[in-house]
Amino acid sequence: MTEVSMTVNGKAVSGQVEGRTLLVQFLRETLGLTGTHVGCDTSQCGTCVIHVNGKAVKSCTIFAQEADGAQITTIEGMANPDGSLSPIQKAFQDYHGLQCGFCTPGMVMSAAALLAENPTPTEAEIRAYLSGNLCRCTGYHNIVRAILAASGQGVAAE
Amino acid sequence: MYSFDLDRPVTLEAALAALKAEDAQPLGGGQTLIPALKQRLAAPSRLVSLAAIPDLCGIDLEGETLTIGAATPHAMVAGQAGAYPALAALAGGIGDPAVRNRGTIGGSLANNDPSACYPAAVLGSGAVICTNIREIAADDFFEGMFATALEDGEIIIRVRFPVPQAACYRKFDHPASRFALAGAFVARFPGSVRVAITGVSEEGVFRWSEAEAALSARFAPDALEGVSLPPEGMIEDLHGSSAYRAHLAGVMTRRAVAAMV
Repeated sequence: MTEVSMTVNGKAVSGQVEGRTLLVQFLRETLGLTGTHVGCDTSQCGTCVIHVNGKAVKSCTIFAQEADGAQITTIEGMANPDGSLSPIQKAFQDYHGLQCGFCTPGMVMSAAALLAENPTPTEAEIRAYLSGNLCRCTGYHNIVRAILAASGQGVAAE
Repeated sequence: MYSFDLDRPVTLEAALAALKAEDAQPLGGGQTLIPALKQRLAAPSRLVSLAAIPDLCGIDLEGETLTIGAATPHAMVAGQAGAYPALAALAGGIGDPAVRNRGTIGGSLANNDPSACYPAAVLGSGAVICTNIREIAADDFFEGMFATALEDGEIIIRVRFPVPQAACYRKFDHPASRFALAGAFVARFPGSVRVAITGVSEEGVFRWSEAEAALSARFAPDALEGVSLPPEGMIEDLHGSSAYRAHLAGVMTRRAVAAMV
């Protein structure tokens, strides 16, 4: 076992991990942050997307030791400090950007990474950026509308 | 996953020392290796991560030569290799954004997946792969599906690309995996044209010499009329027959040429 330390959602944390411990296992099982989901375990679905030093990363495809010393943000760190929903989360609610909700943590984290890189993406850019996030309810249309709205751009009426 | 120890050295010397351990294996960005470990397709006793070594990461332009560190992630090449636009575009089309933030050029080349994008760029550009012990020309590096000239304990340090006059990569990507069902990298140099095809052959990436000859004589999409790949030896699976892949390689090549003229 090896000791790892990192900053998760602004808080310094540490714990013992094996070489094979994935970052998502450390987040969910050691820290109890179960908002980050594991959908496929084959690096394809994107429900486990978090931010490592500000970049979107699949937390099921990086070892916990590789994140030693990193700044991590998970879905639990996305709300405003007063606990109210962040603009992206609010837009997902307003535009019904979720059905079963399982993919939502990864969708929100990818959306946040996209808007940090590109504050006013086109619909095509949003769809391209979400190519690694699967919604098995196939609710993509409203997810894209939510992200357009969160970016402050107009959303066409249905 | 089977159990293993993970090393995360910050210097090349420490990484090379750690890789001397029995059954030790280098770990790049892990976007292929970690899924393979989960399926128990690999059982190293020790993984040595190369991602935390600053000397292995970065992009440098000197004259007409672009040098990329082995541990440079695809997203950085996409964003910072503007001196070689076709290469930046290729890197920006690998996988998805989260994969591009972790996956590395060195990892992709060492793995030599027959459907990967980077091998096409390296072979199509005539790049040079610099390892800890030697320099290997792209023409000598790729040795068939998942096979390279790398020896045990030899790791890629950087890749040197001559920047062509013009180049373009076109791939028909598999909608789920984002790997190329067929991909063509066409690069035009003074007096010569190189064409590398990925995703198609059971031998992995290869140079399409007939297309190179036709395009060297006259660089235009219709110069490829009558030039085609035989289906023999091409990959055949549920995603496409060998004849389909051979045909698609020609289509991707013509599209790349059309985008360059």
